Amino acid sequence: MPPIVRTLLTRGVPLLALYLVVLGLIGAGIIDAYWMATLALICVNIVLAVSLNLITGFTGQFSLGHAGFMAIGAYATAIISNAVAGPAGFLGGLLAGGVLAALVGFLIGLPTLRLRGDYLAIATLGMAEIIRVVFVNLDSVTNGAAGLTVTQNMDWNWFFVLTVGSVILIRNYLRSRQGRDAIAVREDEIAAESIGVDTTRAKVMSFTIGAFFGGLGGGMYASYFYFIKPDLFGFLKSIDILVIVVLGGLGSLSGSIIAAILLALISTLLQGFTEIRMILYALLLVVIMIFRPEGLMGSRELSLNVFSRLGRRRPALATAQAAPGASEAQGKGDER
Amino acid sequence: MKRTLSWLVAGALSLTALAGCSGTTAPSSAAGGGAAAGGDTVKVGLLFELTGNVASYGTAEANGAKMAAEEINAAGGVNGKKIQLVEYDTKSDTAETTTLAAKLMTQDKVVAIIGPATSGGMKAQIQLSAQNKVPIVSGSATADDLTVTNGKLNEYVFRTCFVDSYQGTVMAKYAASKLNAKTAVILKDTSSDYAKGLADAFDKQFKAGGGTVAATEAYTAKQTDFNAVLTKLKGQQFDVMYVPGYYEELGLIIKQARALGITAPITGGDGYESPKLAELAGSALTDVYYTNHYSATDTDPKVTAFIDAFKKKYNNATPEAFHALGYDTMKFVADSIKRAKSATGADVKAAMTETKGFSGVTGTFDVDPATHNPIKQATIIGYKDGKISVTEKFS
Repeated sequence: MPPIVRTLLTRGVPLLALYLVVLGLIGAGIIDAYWMATLALICVNIVLAVSLNLITGFTGQFSLGHAGFMAIGAYATAIISNAVAGPAGFLGGLLAGGVLAALVGFLIGLPTLRLRGDYLAIATLGMAEIIRVVFVNLDSVTNGAAGLTVTQNMDWNWFFVLTVGSVILIRNYLRSRQGRDAIAVREDEIAAESIGVDTTRAKVMSFTIGAFFGGLGGGMYASYFYFIKPDLFGFLKSIDILVIVVLGGLGSLSGSIIAAILLALISTLLQGFTEIRMILYALLLVVIMIFRPEGLMGSRELSLNVFSRLGRRRPALATAQAAPGASEAQGKGDER
Repeated sequence: MKRTLSWLVAGALSLTALAGCSGTTAPSSAAGGGAAAGGDTVKVGLLFELTGNVASYGTAEANGAKMAAEEINAAGGVNGKKIQLVEYDTKSDTAETTTLAAKLMTQDKVVAIIGPATSGGMKAQIQLSAQNKVPIVSGSATADDLTVTNGKLNEYVFRTCFVDSYQGTVMAKYAASKLNAKTAVILKDTSSDYAKGLADAFDKQFKAGGGTVAATEAYTAKQTDFNAVLTKLKGQQFDVMYVPGYYEELGLIIKQARALGITAPITGGDGYESPKLAELAGSALTDVYYTNHYSATDTDPKVTAFIDAFKKKYNNATPEAFHALGYDTMKFVADSIKRAKSATGADVKAAMTETKGFSGVTGTFDVDPATHNPIKQATIIGYKDGKISVTEKFS
């Protein structure tokens, strides 16, 4: 069997089956407006978590600004799809949102990623705040603190295409030469530099691509949940995304996907316990982190057909990570 | 790196847990929850911010609404049916609001949803309300563009409070007629849409009434020193100051303005309403007037009965405007269900639109069919030496 056919069979068929099953359930009315909203949130969170995992989990750069990229994507999509009706405006908006977020990510990343340690965390935190405040004050374009209503354009078809597409693109990036460079930077920056990896370039690349998909996630959010305001993209939103990434496992794409689904389901199942819901939710997270401090998946990948090849190569890297380099130990001291 | 992350996450989680706690201090008695199941109940959704950053508003309004539902059920319910409340927490998050509104409308099949308390929360469910034909009613969402967006009426959106611009208009009239002001200065919080709305409306009405606005200055939330801007204003000649904003800053502004020797009356909107205002301003809180939805010192028998019942139920706490608005909103919804042809969203909506002379704790109102806003009077509250000296209805 030629490889291309095998790839299509082992990866395409399960995905297509997933798509058709959900489509059938929507058609049969089993997935109603409520479950569809939950599904939408899962898809958005997958895109956001996977893109942050690229930056934090795979390249080892601690970013606290993902909500900022999300905000850029959300507002760009909102403004463009409100101005241009139909799929052209919607898709153009999503693309513009991603590109704008990537541009901002590039501009922020270029100076700050030359530094080592936790400077990036602080710089990205500041960036996200600046973006939020700009949107509050750009009254004429964003309607300020009162928020913006967006045309609802997303449905399951788009969610499926965009979510699966984002994950596949990020996975392929990680398996490219640039992606390998990024992982090398995470493992040991000095060693990577000594064998000729342009570390700044690798970091900026990952950061820019992560920002692009962060913006795309924001655009998906705005196009489904049809109302956005700057407060939504505050510091806590960045933390929410980080929680998914850490819970799923730093350096595991399938971990991020599982965590995004799991957290949404836990949150949904707890909705009946109005008063103690947030306590239960937080408690569950604490318990998971105590028993799985490396995250649900660690840095392994789930060996589904979709991720089979990546899964086979991961263990070597996992062992390398168990013995952190000297520079990382130094970093820990600073962070406390 | 990893361990640091775990610590950070643990820290973030404990914060979340704390935020959760703050919203859960309210008694958890869902009124009518034990009512007989089946055809003899009417389901009403209660969708409020019980946790998160606006939990204090959401919780207060939800408690007011629950108390009203208990009273209605104790009196025999609506058309012989008990009201059954289905309550969810939006976490002050708009996506969560959209999701839960969908759940209330499609799975729980409620005839109407009360809440959320903020305009943003309401906007997150406007489209769903039209798609599923379920009216949504807020007691405190005051943004002007909530019920009418871009000149188009949102058919299933209602509220029981007056809008932002109305407060500014009323205070401008009050300043001109009762405080005999000819010249005003405006000091507004530019970081809040609410304050800007009030300031614009005041400016417009005050000028239309023949007055002049000598200066407009700005501050931003979280600021603590206002001496620079107040000194600048002191150089102007004026009879009244209009300072819309929230009590955290206003307490300090009032104190610093009086210390600088500004004696003109200071006026504002319902953001003044908090016991914290008197704590922050102390004895400087004199000649201060603001528009509000209701006053706890009102002697109307309806209001005193409400306050007594509230104190009995909630450990002797004095109800605030949000409690009263939540209470009125539940009564308004029940009243509309009673008048509706059938207990379906579309009929209840029609009944709400036709409301005439609904009498509640926060005043008597008609619903304006063109805008779905209640036509009601504002309550003016005035302070002298740190104590309430004036309470009057004005429009």
